[in-house]
This record gives sequence, C-alpha cells and structure tokens, in this order.
Amino acid sequence: MAADEEELSINDQAISASEDEEGSDDERKHKKLLEAISSMGGRKRKKQNERSEASVQVSEYFVNAEGTGDKVNLSDLLGTVEKTSGASNKTKKQLRNLQSSKGTLELPLNKQQTEKIQRGIAYEKTTTEVSCWKNIILQNQKAEQMVFPLNQESSAPRRVEQVVAGWKVQTPLEQEIFRLLHGNSQPVNDPVLTPVEEQSLKAMSLEEAKIRRAELQKARALQSYYEAKAKRTKKIKSKKFHKVQNKAKRKDFLKQFDEMVKTNPEGALEELKKMELSRMEERMSLKHQNSGKWAKSKAIMAKYDDSARKAMQEQLQMNKDLTQKIVVPSDDEHESVEEELETVPDFMNDPEPVIDPVNPWMRGQLTHEEPEVSCVPSEDVQAAGEENEEEEELIGAFERKRKLRQADEEDLIPAEEEQPASEVVEASDEEEDDDDDEDEEEDVSEFNTLFRLMRSEKTLECSNQTREGLNTEDEEGLLNEGQIRVRNIEDLEVLDEVVDGRPVEEPSGTPSAAAEATSEAPLKKRREISLKEVLTKEAKAVKVPFLPTVVDEEERDEQISIIKEAFAGDDVISDFIKDKSKQEASGRPEVVDLTLPGWGEWGGVGLKPSRWKRKRFRIQMAPPPPRQDQKLPDVIISEKRNSSVASHQVSHLPFPFQNTAQFESTIRTPIGPTWNTQSVVKSMTKPKVITQMGAIIEPMVKEDYIKHKSTAPGGKGPAIMLGGNRRAREGTKQSSEKRRGRRSQKRKKSQA
Amino acid sequence: MKVKVLSRNPDDYVRETTRDIQRVPRNYDPTLHPFEVPREYTRALNATKLERVFAKPFVASLDGHRDGISCITKHAKSLSTVISGACDGELKVWNLPKRECLRTIQAHEGFVRGICSRFCGTSFFTVGDDKTIKQWNSEAPGYGVREEPINTILGKAVFTGIDHHQRESTFATCGQTVDIWDEQRSSPIRSFSWGVDSFSCVRYNPVETELLASCASDRSVVLYDTRESAPLRKVIMQLRSNTLCWNPMEAYYFTCANEDYNLYTYDIRHLDVPVTVHMDHVSAVLDVDYSPTGREFVSASFDKTIRIFPKDKGHSREVYHTKRMQHVICVRWSADNKYVLSGSDEMNIRLWKANASEKLGLLSTREQAAANYNKKLIEKFQHHPQVKRIARHRHLPGDILKQKRELREMREARRRKEKNVRKHSKPGSVPLLTEKEKHVVAVVE
Repeated sequence: MAADEEELSINDQAISASEDEEGSDDERKHKKLLEAISSMGGRKRKKQNERSEASVQVSEYFVNAEGTGDKVNLSDLLGTVEKTSGASNKTKKQLRNLQSSKGTLELPLNKQQTEKIQRGIAYEKTTTEVSCWKNIILQNQKAEQMVFPLNQESSAPRRVEQVVAGWKVQTPLEQEIFRLLHGNSQPVNDPVLTPVEEQSLKAMSLEEAKIRRAELQKARALQSYYEAKAKRTKKIKSKKFHKVQNKAKRKDFLKQFDEMVKTNPEGALEELKKMELSRMEERMSLKHQNSGKWAKSKAIMAKYDDSARKAMQEQLQMNKDLTQKIVVPSDDEHESVEEELETVPDFMNDPEPVIDPVNPWMRGQLTHEEPEVSCVPSEDVQAAGEENEEEEELIGAFERKRKLRQADEEDLIPAEEEQPASEVVEASDEEEDDDDDEDEEEDVSEFNTLFRLMRSEKTLECSNQTREGLNTEDEEGLLNEGQIRVRNIEDLEVLDEVVDGRPVEEPSGTPSAAAEATSEAPLKKRREISLKEVLTKEAKAVKVPFLPTVVDEEERDEQISIIKEAFAGDDVISDFIKDKSKQEASGRPEVVDLTLPGWGEWGGVGLKPSRWKRKRFRIQMAPPPPRQDQKLPDVIISEKRNSSVASHQVSHLPFPFQNTAQFESTIRTPIGPTWNTQSVVKSMTKPKVITQMGAIIEPMVKEDYIKHKSTAPGGKGPAIMLGGNRRAREGTKQSSEKRRGRRSQKRKKSQA
Repeated sequence: MKVKVLSRNPDDYVRETTRDIQRVPRNYDPTLHPFEVPREYTRALNATKLERVFAKPFVASLDGHRDGISCITKHAKSLSTVISGACDGELKVWNLPKRECLRTIQAHEGFVRGICSRFCGTSFFTVGDDKTIKQWNSEAPGYGVREEPINTILGKAVFTGIDHHQRESTFATCGQTVDIWDEQRSSPIRSFSWGVDSFSCVRYNPVETELLASCASDRSVVLYDTRESAPLRKVIMQLRSNTLCWNPMEAYYFTCANEDYNLYTYDIRHLDVPVTVHMDHVSAVLDVDYSPTGREFVSASFDKTIRIFPKDKGHSREVYHTKRMQHVICVRWSADNKYVLSGSDEMNIRLWKANASEKLGLLSTREQAAANYNKKLIEKFQHHPQVKRIARHRHLPGDILKQKRELREMREARRRKEKNVRKHSKPGSVPLLTEKEKHVVAVVE
C-alpha cells in the first residue's frame, strides 16, 4: 500500500511541474492586469516580492520563485525526503508518523500568562544574582570603620621598581646616580638586593641563625641575672657580710690563680704584674699607715678600747701585707690581700659609717635593725671560720631576713588602707550632721555597696519599660522638635523647662509632690539606673598617712571619757536604734482592712466583725525586698529616690543592651586621654566612617567584589573564591591536559 | 664617692622642633584620676551643648533662576559643578566654591523634567515638557557662540525623568513607557510598559548596573532588568511614590519618597514588606537621595523642610529649614559626602552641610582627635536624659509643628479606633498590622 501511494505522489509531482511550465505565461498576464488595475486606482501599491529561490523565469520587474503563493505541505516535503539518500531512516520514520497522526496541538498560553511566567523567571534570576552581595553588605555593616572612597590606592610606601617603572632619567645628577647604580650591578627588578647583600644573606642559614640567637638570648639573660644579683649584694649594708664575701672571693681567686699557673702561665704573669703595680701604689700612698683622721681618733681611744687597738693593728698588718715583695708567684696570701684591696671599697678610713646614704641625718632609724641583722651572723662567722659552706649559710640567712622584712611591710599596707576608709565614713557622718536625716542616710548608702539594689532593679525595670513603652516608643523619634531656637549654651540649659509644652518624657525629671506623698513602695519602683550605682566602682582609698594612727591607750581612754561626758544627757545609740526601727516599720507593708460591719452578720455598737470576715477581708501585702541596711546595725540606708540625681539617670535599659550590668560596664570604661594611653584612645574613638576631603565617592563596582560570574551561575557558589583555589583548579586542568597530550604523542609514536 | 644626680634623657622632654607641642609625661595610675564616669559625663554634656551651638548647617544660597527649580544633578567627575533645571526650561551650571552661575541655557520649552550627567562627565542629558531629549556638552561654547545641544531626540510623548547608565553609553527615560536608549540612536532600543499610563521617575541601580526601578502613577514601583524582555515585578502601595533612589553601597536596597509623607526602604528580594518606614515629614515627600557612603539619605518635602535619615532608622536625625525656603522639590547629596543641595519653589538652590556642626576645612590632628573624642562621648552617653534632651532638640517653624501635632493626634485616633474595632469583633478577624505592612497594597508578579 505504501509503495503505491509513493508512486502516485511522484506522478502528481510530474504533472504539476509540466502544468507550471504551461500556466506561467497565463499567470504573468494575470499579474500585469492586476497591476494595471491598481495603477488606475491612483494609489501606487507596489507589492514587494521576496527573493527566496532562483528560478528559470526572471521577470524584468522582480524576481519570482516558483509556487510562491502555495502553501508547503508536509506531504510535499516527505516526497523529497524519501528520494534523497542522505536522510536517515529514523527521521523518515518520524515524519511518516507525524503525517499519520491526527491529534491537534494544544493551544499556546495567552499573552498575559506567558508574560507573567517570563516575569517570574526573570525576577528569580535577578534576585539570586543580587543576593550574592549579601556577604559584602553584611560585612560592611558590621565593619568598625569604613574608609571612603573604597578601593583607594594604598598610601603605603611602594616598592622601588613600581615607582621607577614610569620614570625617566632627566637631570645630569640623576644620570650620574643611575650610572653608579648600574656600575655596581644594582638590580632594578624584582629582588632589590645587590649580589653582596645576597651573599651576606646566604652566609647564615636559618637554623644557624636561630641557634645563635638562642645562645645570645641565654647569655643576655644570664648577664642580666648576674647583674641583678650583684646589685642586690652591693646594696646590703652589713660590713660583716661583705667581709665574708670578700674572703670567699679571695679564696676563689687563689684557686683560679693556682690553676692559671699550671694551665696559662702567661695569664698568671699578667696577674703578677698587676699585683706588683698595686704594691707600688701602696708604697707610694699613706693609706694604711695609721696617719688618717680615723686612725688618729682611734689612737686616742686605743688606750681604753680593745677593739680600737685591734682595728689599728689590722690596718698596719694590711700595709705590711701589701708592701711585702712577692718572691714566688705561688705565694697565696699576698695576692689575695692585694686583690681584696682592688675590689673592696675601703671603709676603714671612713670617719663614721653612714647608714642611710640618702639621708645622713637618719641615724636612729635603722639602728634597731642593724644589731638584729648582725647578731646572728656574727656568731656564725666566728664559729665557722673561713669555710665556704658557712658563708653560703650566712648568705642564706641574709636572704631570709630580707624576705621576712618584706612580708612585714606588705602586712602593714592593708592595715593602713582599711583605716582611712573607715575614717572617711565617720567623717562624712559628721559633716552631714546638720542636714536632715534622709540626706545623711543617703550619704551613708553611697559608701555601702548598692549592688543589692541592682538585683531588685531588674524586676522593677520591666514594669517601667512596659509602662513607658506604650507612650514613648510610639511617638519617640530621633529628634525632639519644638519652636525654641538654640543660639547659645544658656538656651540649652533652659531647654528643659519649655520643651514642646508637653511634659518631659521621663517622669523622673519632674517628681510631683503627689507621688512623694504616696507610700514608699511605688517610689521605690520608680528607681532608676543611677549614676551613683554606676559609679560604685570601688572607692579607691588614697593612702595619706593620718597623723597619729596609733593612739596610746591612755589617750583613748581619755577620749572615751570626754565623749561620755559630752553626751551624758542624751542616749544617742538608743535614739539611733529607734530611728532605724521607725524607718523599717514605714517600709513594711500595712495590712489592708476591707471589712465592713453588718454585711452578712449583725452590726451595731460593740459588735466586732467575725473572725471569718477578718480573715477574708484583711489583705496582707507582699513584703518588699529586704532593706539594704538589714545586716548593718550601725547604718540607715535610705531607699528613697534622690530627685536631684534622677534627672541625670537613665530610666530604662537602652536597646542593644541585654542587662544593666552590660550597660553599666560600657559607661564605666573611660575612653578619654586622661585615663588611657594615646594609642588606646585613638583606637577607641576612631570614627565609623572616614571620608577623604574632596574625593568623589563612587558607588561600588561589581567587578571589584564579585569576580567570577561564569564559575557560579546564579550566585549559588561562594561569593568570593580564594585566588589560590582558583589557581589550583586551573593548574589541575592544565596538568591533565598536558598528560593527555603526552599520551597522544606516545600513541602516535607507537603507531609510527 | 658616688654622687647621685637626677638625670633624664633629653629625648623625653626636648622638642624636635619649636612647632611641636610640649611633651607632657602622664601617669595613668587610676588612683590619680578618680571619678572617671562623672568627669566623662560632664564632658559629654558639654560636647553635646557645643555641638548644638555650632550647628550651623546653611552654607550658601545660589540664586539666579527665574522659576522654581525642578531638578538638580551632580556632575559625575567634578565636585564643584552642579547643574540645575527650572520650571521655565532654563538650565544653569553652577560653580559651588565660587557660588556663581557659569552657564545659562534655555534648554526646553516648559519644564526641564530631568537632568543626568554622563558617567564620564563630558556631557549631560536633559528632558523637558517639549517631548525632547537633549544632550549638551559640559564645556561652555566659546564667546559669541550660541549654546546648541550636541544631539536632540524628538520623542512621541512627554518625558518625565532620565537617568544614565553607570558605565555604558545607554540611558533610560520615563514618560508613558520606560525606554532604554542608546546614545547613538534616535529611537529607544527597548521600551517597557506594564499597563500603566505614566511614570514619574526612573533610576538605574548604581551597583547592579543593569537593574532599573521606576515610580508609576498607578501607585506602584516597578523593577526592570535591561537584559530581560519584560519588567520584573511591581509593588503597589497605598499612595503614589514620587521618586526613588538606590543605595549606592548596598545593591538590593532602594528608598522611595511617597505622597503619604513617608519614605520606604525596600529590599528588592522581599518586596511585600518594606524594610523600614521612615516617617517625620508632614507633607508629601518629593525627592530623595542617598549619601555616597550609603549610610544616610536626604529627603525633600512639600512641607518646606529637608530631613536627613539614617538608612535603618525610622525617624530623621536632622531637619533643615529656612524662613524663605518654600516647597523643596529636589535634593541631592554631594559626592564627597559633605554637603546637601536643595532646590525649591522659590527659585533658589541652597547648599547645606550634611553634618550640621562639623567644622569645614582641613583639621589639625589634635582638632580631629578632639572632635572624634567628643563624638564618641556623645555616643556613649546618648541614653542619658540630659544629653539626649539637648542632642535631640531642633527648632521647627510653628505651622510644621502644628501639623505634626495634628498628625500625631490623627494617628492616635486611628489607632484607638482600630483597637476598638478589634475589641468588638471576633478574635482574629481584624488582624494586627504593623506599620510596615499597612502601606503595601499588593505585589504583582
């Protein structure tokens, strides 16, 4: 069947082709006629014909293709397809199926709907694209400081080659410099080092340098340690200690000298020379000859004082020792004596040992210490002679002494601190005596901690917030606009009274008399974050020595008796206790009695409401938070609000803060240069936005921030990809390509 | 004998030059500097007072136009140049530091509706009521040569606004449709319309440069993307928006100035609810412009005031007004973030400082440090009532104040009424709407 149809269609085509040839003449005539008619109508209508295909007949007016007017059917196409050999069977089959199918296509959506879908898709696309800015925007919002214009060239010093790049030698001086540089083979490009410099850099490897550095560090540490130790020992005033030390040193030196003779004779010789020199000096001078001032004074005393005599003899002995000629280098005694003379400052000639070098008049001060120090070691020294161990022990004893003394001093300090603090409290009490009671109490309260109040505050504040939240937050803008013009500071001062004609937002600003008349409980509720509470950073007691800190017992007794005498008539203490109990009672909640006689029972004169009724209608109020002075028997702390301070207090917790402690801590940290170093102030006060003067701030440029559009279509990928990553990826790509290339080359080779 | 002598390193107390300030050694021991908080509080209070005393924002007034100013634009590359158009079709180019008019051009017949500078600054475009777009050279012609536009395009309808692309040579106009033009062609390369008869403003996004937004007369704000064939989306609000401005630092935020006295900041990804409602004006807001840092914007209103809003705050931080300033029609923030320009009905362009109390000119480092410290102090103690009271005080003319009060009363009454309605109806039937949700009617996809 199919084959027959094909044949038929072929025949049809053949016929139509032949007819076309015949009928084309007629058609032309017909068209001409039509044109003539249209031209007669006056209006010129030239029908433009499209040139689509080359044709056999070419009109002189236009190009005409065959069958322009006809519609092309699928069957026409199919016929040609069947003929051509190039078309695949598959497409032929599909076309045949298409021809045979009878179903109609669905109607396309109407314009509105398609447009809506298009818009939706476009919107999604743009939003995803735009939201890649999210990270950058957030980052900028959080940034502590932004410098505009963005993407400025850094003002940091640039590398030489960058500067040099766009610069030419002009003046003769510059030319000369350049010649010099080139003569020394100074490189202009990347490594800006001369060969010499490079060599010096290479000379020491990193590890070596590290080791050397560690050594140096160690040496420095040791040196400083020894220096410190030497200083300490030098400061010790005990003569005995130094004597012992000198002896030890001498011994050491002797040992060293002995060794030196054996190992390093030249060094020993030099030492000898030194000794000789010192001998000469000794012989020249009158030192140690009992001719000094001190010696003379001692000579007077020598008659009666054994020790003086001894001292003089010692000095003479010293002279002898020093002037003795050294015959044998191994002679121990002489060297050591000489050595001592060099190292030890001679205090023998001093007229009197001055104890305190700073203040020569401070004689009596440390004398009582001195015997203490000396008494123990003196015995030790005498018993031990010149043995090393003993000496070390002695030094240890000194150390212990020193520590003990330090500890004593530390104990003293807190005692001093406590005293003034208590005195301050007393003093303030006395000062405020003439003021009325409340003020006094408040002053006392300043010194006692107010932290307990803060605890209670948290609950109070929420009630405050809810109350104020309604009327202020709604209306409150950033500005407070009114008709008053501010021209100078005086205007600012009076601003308060006339602002806007309406009451100031903070009820604390104008405490009404009515509010004060009411019970204390609501007043307490209106308590605010007080500046003073904020200030409760521990009061630093300034350490000023109060004159007589230690009063004799007799004096104290006297004072007590005087005070007793003065207040003989009135009992102050009991008055105070009464006062306090009164205050406490006023703060205590009263029982609200709502009983009405006669309701539900008989009423009349002499009749009391029943127990049931009393139980039912007498309402016990909740107790207030415990008083601050509950555990302080000698103090009354007023919990009334101070209206003069209230106008400076923050009434409710500001927005970003979570709790009062947070807010208070931010207020408490000073930012000024009085309290902080310059760099800290600079960092704390740096402005959020810095703009450069006279610079145009351009809007952000997308290319600077979001670099790769192709890698993350639709902004799904990370907004900013690290350069290294990207490079790595590219690297892998390249390497894989390379590998592929190599493989193919190998293959080619093998084929060859 | 060793003699102990006080000796100091001269580096510690000798100045390097006589111009240096004397070095003062300081001891930061806290015991020596007690009462930190009260002292800083006093300083903060003084700083706030001085800030208010020195708040003199008005810098200059540029007069010369013979009709109300209808539009202003900044020069793209020169801070000192400003171009303004008036309602009589006159165009003036101003030099700000000299405060003088450099050129006067009779550009259009009828209003000059919009001006925009080309991104390179060499030329600028104007549209007017005479249905033309004209391109002008930024440089004045030689002496005796007539001012002629470089290029004139005759359109089919009146153009009401124009804006230029940030980097390419295309620009957008709005009128009956939003058209995108190529500078080289005399017909638009694309035109968008979405069932609206006219637009009042069109603006390119300065960051995402292919995005556009326009305000339409059917109370909507429409978004476009020049790469797409159709507009993206539109929000219909309760009243018409007059102009809008994109945030130059945050790509997806824009703020529109509305007829209902408010400004609305939108995030284009969530158009159904504005991010912030900025309310303080007492009459229709006519123009808005962002500071180049994107932190604040300035708005001009029919109520004869200019207000400066932080971009994320609901209320203004500053209000500028003068006795002689009438309805402010256009406003621009200078490109260096220092000044604000306003053009108003009474033919004057006024130059204001963006920070009222800021000292102009170069500051020495010490001055700068002191200013920074004062600013920080005010910020630290901003919640304390005395500081707040002084810092927030602004003078307002009586009629505006009266209107403000009236508005507050109205709002309060409305709120009360709504509350009552809610109270007397079935629970849940009258939903509680926030201020943000109230003003958006619909989002059309």
